Amino acid sequence: MQRPEQRDEVEMLALMLLIRRFEERASQQYQAQKIGGFCHLYIGQEAVAVGAVAATRPDDYIITAYRDHGHALARGTSANACMAELFGKETGCSRGLGGSMHFFDEAHHMYGGHAIVGAHVPLAAGMAFASKYRSEDRVTLCFFGDGAINQGSFHEALNLIALYKLPVVLICENNLFAMGTSVKRSTSLKQIVDRAEGYDIPGEIIDGMNFREVRDKLDEIINSIRKESHPAFVEVRTYRYRGHSMSDPASYRTKEELEKYRLDDPITRFRAQLTREGKLTNEQFDRIDKQAKETVLAAVKFAEKSPELPLEKVYDYVYVNGSARAGISPARQA
Amino acid sequence: MREITYRQALNEALAEELERDPSVFLMGEEVAEYHGAYKVSQGLLERFGPKRIIDTPISENGFAGLGVGAAMVGLRPIIEFMTFSFSLVAFDQVVNNAPNMLMMSGGQFNIPITFRGPNGPAHQLGATHSHATENLYASVPGLKVCTPATPRDAKGLLKTAVRDNNPVLVLEAELLYSSKGIVEPPDEELLIPLGHADVKREGSDVSIICYAQTVPLALTVAQQLEEEDISAEIVDLRSIKPLDEQAIFESVAKTHRVVIVEQDRPFCGVGAEVCYRIQKNIFDALDAPILRVSQEDVPMPYNERLEKFVLPNADKLIAAVKKVCYA
Repeated sequence: MQRPEQRDEVEMLALMLLIRRFEERASQQYQAQKIGGFCHLYIGQEAVAVGAVAATRPDDYIITAYRDHGHALARGTSANACMAELFGKETGCSRGLGGSMHFFDEAHHMYGGHAIVGAHVPLAAGMAFASKYRSEDRVTLCFFGDGAINQGSFHEALNLIALYKLPVVLICENNLFAMGTSVKRSTSLKQIVDRAEGYDIPGEIIDGMNFREVRDKLDEIINSIRKESHPAFVEVRTYRYRGHSMSDPASYRTKEELEKYRLDDPITRFRAQLTREGKLTNEQFDRIDKQAKETVLAAVKFAEKSPELPLEKVYDYVYVNGSARAGISPARQA
Repeated sequence: MREITYRQALNEALAEELERDPSVFLMGEEVAEYHGAYKVSQGLLERFGPKRIIDTPISENGFAGLGVGAAMVGLRPIIEFMTFSFSLVAFDQVVNNAPNMLMMSGGQFNIPITFRGPNGPAHQLGATHSHATENLYASVPGLKVCTPATPRDAKGLLKTAVRDNNPVLVLEAELLYSSKGIVEPPDEELLIPLGHADVKREGSDVSIICYAQTVPLALTVAQQLEEEDISAEIVDLRSIKPLDEQAIFESVAKTHRVVIVEQDRPFCGVGAEVCYRIQKNIFDALDAPILRVSQEDVPMPYNERLEKFVLPNADKLIAAVKKVCYA
């Protein structure tokens, strides 16, 4: 199978900036109470989703946990659809029925957006099982946080994935904290990647603040999987600048620690690389940043003026094939 | 017409659906090489091969979730639980993932999956292996739940479940696998729609509403009552959700007296829901309060005498019928 065409790096930087600006604006709109529920921001982790997506084909399957805005945007879901989802509007990527934690976009092969920690790892196994069943060479990318690796569903899924040799890349975005509990306090291992060894799955550590490292290592892994179906595990070391969710001031970590990671910011780093290599001027950067900000502002406007689903429509999303209200046989409804 | 067992009927349904649709596969513990803990999948591995009849490790949460994921991308999994008591280990997948996906994704992902396996108390298996899960699952919007009591219903409902585009639970009756009944020959397509109850016996004095393992019990009791000049109508729900309200109301309008005999527990049980709907919709048709016969509200004891005491039985059902008939 052909390798995916190397996607333009400046475009990838623009995508990372779009995610950053989207999340900043989402934070502001959350504080303005335009967005409800829980809202988990991806700021600091942009190189992971964008780097991974850059290594995929558009028909590869992507599934992630509840910190999912970045993955959807990286995959190609529009800022409009993402912001409208946060606003609970009909024009949202899940029609305003999923919210921040449940971004779905079938057209872009984005399979959620899953909010029970670890519970989507078996789903990834099933998606990859289907690819293998149909003799397709698609690869499933399953993202999860460091908090998921101690959950039963994660372990059961890893065993099944390894046992059936399924084409899955298990991508642990290790941002060091499961909510407020540090990896050191939650996990008996010295390093997360060792979880893979217990299931005979090859594992690697990737610097998640380095776009090119994420992309290139995953590109290598994905191409190997396409040749012959097998699982792989990567521990991508990254950091979230904000709290676990909007309601978390993150008082369990020090300012110094946060500053240390901010200095290693994935966008700053990638920008510097491109500038050094003469692929990006300051003017160009300012232009794409301005573009990102404008796109996100337009998305807020779009979300604000979008309609909500009419109340009676709520029954349309319980069963498919026309059966409406639960508990009463549709066949018997006059 | 021919007589086959409930087990054979399920086996035929599986084979026919596997034959018809290449996106259907069967997965679960011991379904392939062992031919199923209850031999429901006898011969399927030989006929359809290991790609479609798949043994799993003991990981209910894992393989139930695998089924949901496969269904998200267009396969039609049949996931066997060795018993629905073990489905509780996969509760998150069955309750949180399968039925919620359609709503959460704004209608993008429906989950055409069948979860099946034996359900309900069997014989002296103790508290952990004796769960009747129908009321738990029927309370979840997005799931459909059916409970066949005869070989014919088992075959027809399972085939319909596999073709349904929503998650359907086929709760098989653990004690009825060897029971026999008349079923159409294999060359006649047998599909029984979900949400259609079946009057298993006509009667005029009292409606006994039952399902799954309580259907043969109710039929036996109806015969005994006949000798005492009480004519019982036996309404087999067949599906718990969707629920065939109309069939229930039609029977109650005729008999004016109702006993619900269910295999689950009394608190928030299936009978409570049926009872509520009857009084809400046709209160004036009732000549007596509705009674329910269910398990006692205790975890299932192992001891045989105690187990019998806890389960619905003929004596309890007859007493309830006589009470509503003021006999």
